[in-house]
Amino acid sequence: MLNEHMQTVFDYPDALTPGVTHYCPGCTHGIIHRLIAETIDELGIREKTIGVAPVGCSVFIYNYLDTDFAEAAHGRAPAMATGIKRTLPDRIVFTYQGDGDLAAIGTAEIIHAAARGENLTVIFANNAIYGMTGGQMAPTTLPGMRTTSSPSGRDVEVQGWPLKMSELLAQMPGASYIARRSVHDPGNINKTKKAIKTAFQVQLHQAGFAMVEVLSSCPTNWNVSPKDALTFIKEQMLPYYPLGDYKIGDAIKTLV
Amino acid sequence: MTKELWKGNEALAEAALRAGLEAYFGYPITPQTELLEYLAKKMLATGRAFVQAESEVAAINMVYGAASTGARVMSSSSSPGMSLMQEGLSYIAGSQVPVVLVDIMRGGPGLGNIAPSQSDYFQLTKGGGHGDYRPIVLAPASVQEAADLMYGAFDLADKYRYIVIIAADGNIGQMMEPIEMPPQRRLEKKDRGWELTGAAGRPHRLISSIYLQSEALHQFNMHLQAKHRQIEQNEVRYEEYLLDDAEYAVVAFGSAARAAHSAVRWARAKNIRAGLFRPISLYPFPHAQLTALAQRVRALLVVEMNTGQMLEDVRLAVAERVPIQFYGVTGGLVPFADDVLPEIEKLTRLDNGAS
Repeated sequence: MLNEHMQTVFDYPDALTPGVTHYCPGCTHGIIHRLIAETIDELGIREKTIGVAPVGCSVFIYNYLDTDFAEAAHGRAPAMATGIKRTLPDRIVFTYQGDGDLAAIGTAEIIHAAARGENLTVIFANNAIYGMTGGQMAPTTLPGMRTTSSPSGRDVEVQGWPLKMSELLAQMPGASYIARRSVHDPGNINKTKKAIKTAFQVQLHQAGFAMVEVLSSCPTNWNVSPKDALTFIKEQMLPYYPLGDYKIGDAIKTLV
Repeated sequence: MTKELWKGNEALAEAALRAGLEAYFGYPITPQTELLEYLAKKMLATGRAFVQAESEVAAINMVYGAASTGARVMSSSSSPGMSLMQEGLSYIAGSQVPVVLVDIMRGGPGLGNIAPSQSDYFQLTKGGGHGDYRPIVLAPASVQEAADLMYGAFDLADKYRYIVIIAADGNIGQMMEPIEMPPQRRLEKKDRGWELTGAAGRPHRLISSIYLQSEALHQFNMHLQAKHRQIEQNEVRYEEYLLDDAEYAVVAFGSAARAAHSAVRWARAKNIRAGLFRPISLYPFPHAQLTALAQRVRALLVVEMNTGQMLEDVRLAVAERVPIQFYGVTGGLVPFADDVLPEIEKLTRLDNGAS
């Protein structure tokens, strides 16, 4: 029974719809969604934000965030977001994309959105695997990593090298803010939150393209427990995908 | 109003601007490029949304995004580019946002060539992308008609929350003709209850083509089919020429119909009672009108700049009532009246059992 002296110290952000997500136990999409919702609340932009959902596990993100949403074709979220932002330049437009969406089928769209310096915020969840289709090799699957389409482990001689999207996009003059973060422990979750907030603030300042790559877990398709999945991020993914700020444009130096 | 000399591609662009075009996303491809260039000049100078995309795939998805906000938006392309846009068109149809496209058709398949053709009839009128949808397809036979159809295309797209494609061949895009350009329209923007603008003081909205439950997707498809029936009832457009007493009818659209028009006139001079039936809406196809026509004439000739794509729809409408002959050229070859006249004359011999 609630005591009248009790205070609410933790609650759903307004921009996060209450309820249960469809994500697997131990998946970190839910954490990243919450960080976006907290950011939207803190910046007071819920009523002018339009999200663009990807194809992949986070296809239903529009059920969890209480903002207008468009559902893009696979990989085309940056193009669709460009169309929205160019017709409504005073709205805040963001995409949420996984690694297959952003770094395989949508590589052209993300590179050219950055090259044009579109005033967009991109949240890129990189879990090094195709989740929704059941664990196939992703463009970011680590060398040697087993997936259902690299059953003996990714052989880079045959299946090529994983893409480092933050490093790649940071070269673009149109990219204003590019950062890689991780959500494998509370300290890093806090750092991820700060980066996501910065990426939205960049757009509020119309300072160009902003992306936060978030290293994310997929215990189901990695075939490990939720706890071991967090360890996998720390021990296996961080060495190949170092965390850090890859681009802080001159126009946003005061924001960071 | 005085007439002005306009090139087809530029007339289409200007007519779109005068109809209230707010956003354009495209990619250069011959023989459509002047349309993109004209809009680049006009729209960038006036601060309207114009993006030359990295591909037709990106362009159509930018169109999809802009359409989701309720903007008057269009793209333009030519046959290979239209092939690339089919993915986006399927999503647009599945999300029911209004979009206008121009296809200045060239020769296929593959890279084909850049010369005029009507090779996209199948792709445009039967759906093109995956799923049970069919865009409204309008085929002008002159620069004037191209401008007029373009001018009304956005209202049509809005009316049905659907795709309208102006399907012109390279002849219409490239040639110049004197036309009356319609006047500039003023648009009043009002919320129609579906567009994405930010959920200010209302529940959030979703533009999406996903229906995970089988029953829900089936219901949506039935809704699309009901929309098709409405379109078929309301939007059939065609032109008849000398058909009242005709014994022989030529069926042709776009610039092929212009050659057929002259050939029909020449046939009349030779005392052959010929007439022309010109579908303007390729979807909805003037099915019932052709069925009725087949009950009054002795034989039909279909003329196309392809190997017989509309021919299949004519056959469906006519069934076995009268003989149907076909004359088609491809690869950028254009039928001339003196090519079509002998084909009309063949119809009369066919009729006498001499074929």
